[in-house]
Amino acid sequence: MESLSNKKKVLEQKPLNLAERMYLPAIVKGLGTTMSHFFKKSSTIRYPEQEREFSINWRGMHSLKRDEEGRERCTACGLCALSCPAEAITMIAAERKPEEKDLYREEKYAAVYEINMLRCIFCGLCEEACPKEAIYLDGPIVPSDYLRKDFIYGKDKLVEAPLEK
Amino acid sequence: MDINFVIEKFALVTILFSISLVIAMYSTYAERKVAAFLQDRLGPDRAGPFGILQPLADGLKMFMKEEIIPSNASKWLFMVGPGLAMLCACIGTAVIPWGQDLNIGGRVVPLQVTDINVGVLYLFGVVSLGVYGVMIGGWASNNKYSLLSAIRAASQNISYEVAMGLSIIALLLMTNTLSLKEIVAQQHGWHWNVIYQPLGFIIFMVCSFAETNRAPFDLPECETELIGGYHTEYSSMKLGFYLFAEYINMFVSSAVMATLYFGGYNYPWMDTVAAHVSPNTAALIGTVILFAKIFAFIFFFMWVRWTIPRFRYDQLMNLGWKTLIPLAIANIIVTGIVIAVVNKF
Amino acid sequence: MGTSVFYFVATLSIIFSLMVIFSKNPIHSVLYLILTFFTFTVHYVLLNAQFLAVVNFIVYMGAIMVLFLFVLMLLNLNKENEPNKSALVKILGVIAGGCLLVTLVGSFKAVSINSPLVLQNPNLGLVKNLGKELFGPFMLPFELSSILLLTAMVGAVLLTKKEEKANG
Repeated sequence: MESLSNKKKVLEQKPLNLAERMYLPAIVKGLGTTMSHFFKKSSTIRYPEQEREFSINWRGMHSLKRDEEGRERCTACGLCALSCPAEAITMIAAERKPEEKDLYREEKYAAVYEINMLRCIFCGLCEEACPKEAIYLDGPIVPSDYLRKDFIYGKDKLVEAPLEK
Repeated sequence: MDINFVIEKFALVTILFSISLVIAMYSTYAERKVAAFLQDRLGPDRAGPFGILQPLADGLKMFMKEEIIPSNASKWLFMVGPGLAMLCACIGTAVIPWGQDLNIGGRVVPLQVTDINVGVLYLFGVVSLGVYGVMIGGWASNNKYSLLSAIRAASQNISYEVAMGLSIIALLLMTNTLSLKEIVAQQHGWHWNVIYQPLGFIIFMVCSFAETNRAPFDLPECETELIGGYHTEYSSMKLGFYLFAEYINMFVSSAVMATLYFGGYNYPWMDTVAAHVSPNTAALIGTVILFAKIFAFIFFFMWVRWTIPRFRYDQLMNLGWKTLIPLAIANIIVTGIVIAVVNKF
Repeated sequence: MGTSVFYFVATLSIIFSLMVIFSKNPIHSVLYLILTFFTFTVHYVLLNAQFLAVVNFIVYMGAIMVLFLFVLMLLNLNKENEPNKSALVKILGVIAGGCLLVTLVGSFKAVSINSPLVLQNPNLGLVKNLGKELFGPFMLPFELSSILLLTAMVGAVLLTKKEEKANG
């Protein structure tokens, strides 16, 4: 069939000439190629000590954010848990007491907030679902561990460090 | 027998044995480093500075692994295989002249374990015996892949031994001797045999790649087809022996190539150097030069391994029987004619 | 010292050659045969025939026995599938073996025992002298035997070629 784009090229397979059949020139050329790589800078990043820069849309470990006064933003509405396709998020809500006013922004807060990092697929839907801008997947890579129970991250690991006053 | 003679030979053998083991150990490290550099990586760098202790860590790992002998394996032969491979790899160093004679307290100490007058043939014998370790191990494992690999190793070694022997005959026509010591002595200064026998050297080198089962001819241990090849069923230090034997073989064949074709301990302007230093220092400089050549060859082995893909089995056989052997025979004829003409006039 | 080494190695070669016959597994037989050849190599070294020793080492141990082992490994001879030999074959075997024994005993009687082998020239086995002998007085037999080997080789090549033609 005729090519419409005219981009088709017919390759001709000629029988190998003497130099090609001797292998040696091609081998020497190949050796030259590898030797040129010998002197190139290695592209290895020595991971635990050096880290590769993440891209701007990288999704890593979750963090629960605080507002500008250092109060937790999460109001335990459960939208993140609902939106999660992997069923990784659970929480228990509690009512804020008057003396906790500078700890939690809303009147309802998450007493327990757990994410199972083995279930999580880092899709970022929780981040999109959150009406309070309380959860972001802006952390580093989730570290490895030995036991399944250690991958269930509670508030101690998820909540941002308190603001320094 | 002279007691000094016994001590001297014993010391030489011990030193050679430990040098081969250390070189084999660090060849594994060098191989990984070379591979890494050729692929823009860093290679092992965690154990000690620049990963220099990596071979020790690997050795410790090998010793600590569980030793498994398959229940249907032929137990005795299963154990003989790796030992034989190691033995054949190590005894090759005995006839190679490592340097000029030393003079220690009035005694002339040759840096060669034994100068038998059929040294070249002895090396061939050792090489041809080396395949038994692989064959016995592969058969005793009672595993199809191991057996296939053993058979491949046998046919490959036999095929390439022919071409190797023929390529060496052209060299022997020139040297008129089978003693390695004399062959090296004839290459004084820059009269290296490779200048007179370039084709013979290329054939010999290709064959020694095949004899040591190194890439691109590492068909007996070709992972894509044969799992682990002849050492599929091996574990622990028995596997270690096989891997070690390969590296010692590489060291020995590098030494043989350096000795036969690249002048051994000879180097250009060696007479000028020898005039300025004591004879013993000159001899030791020669030994250092020989080891530098050996390391260059070992590097070349690795460089080729990480450049050229593995040959297919029929390609291997075609190359051996239809290319290398006719070329080697042509080389013998041309060399013979040239020598006859030169001797006439 | 030389004689004691000789008797030790000679005993070993007899033991190994007996093991070749008596071991059930053909692979073990071949391995014992290799050991027997190795003891022969030692014998050659004791006789100061270095060249012959090394050639025996390379050709017999390193090449021919490898091919033997190669073929036997491919054949996979197990004890189970070995066909039962009929009584006729056994009787024939006994007769043939008996004939061989009689011939051997007869030839041993002809050899006088009390003349130990003394080499006229102890350096005969060195490469240079052997080469001069082979290409001097023994030129014709040497070349004839090489022609014999060539004939065998051509025959082997011809056998494989014929097969190809029949298929194609």
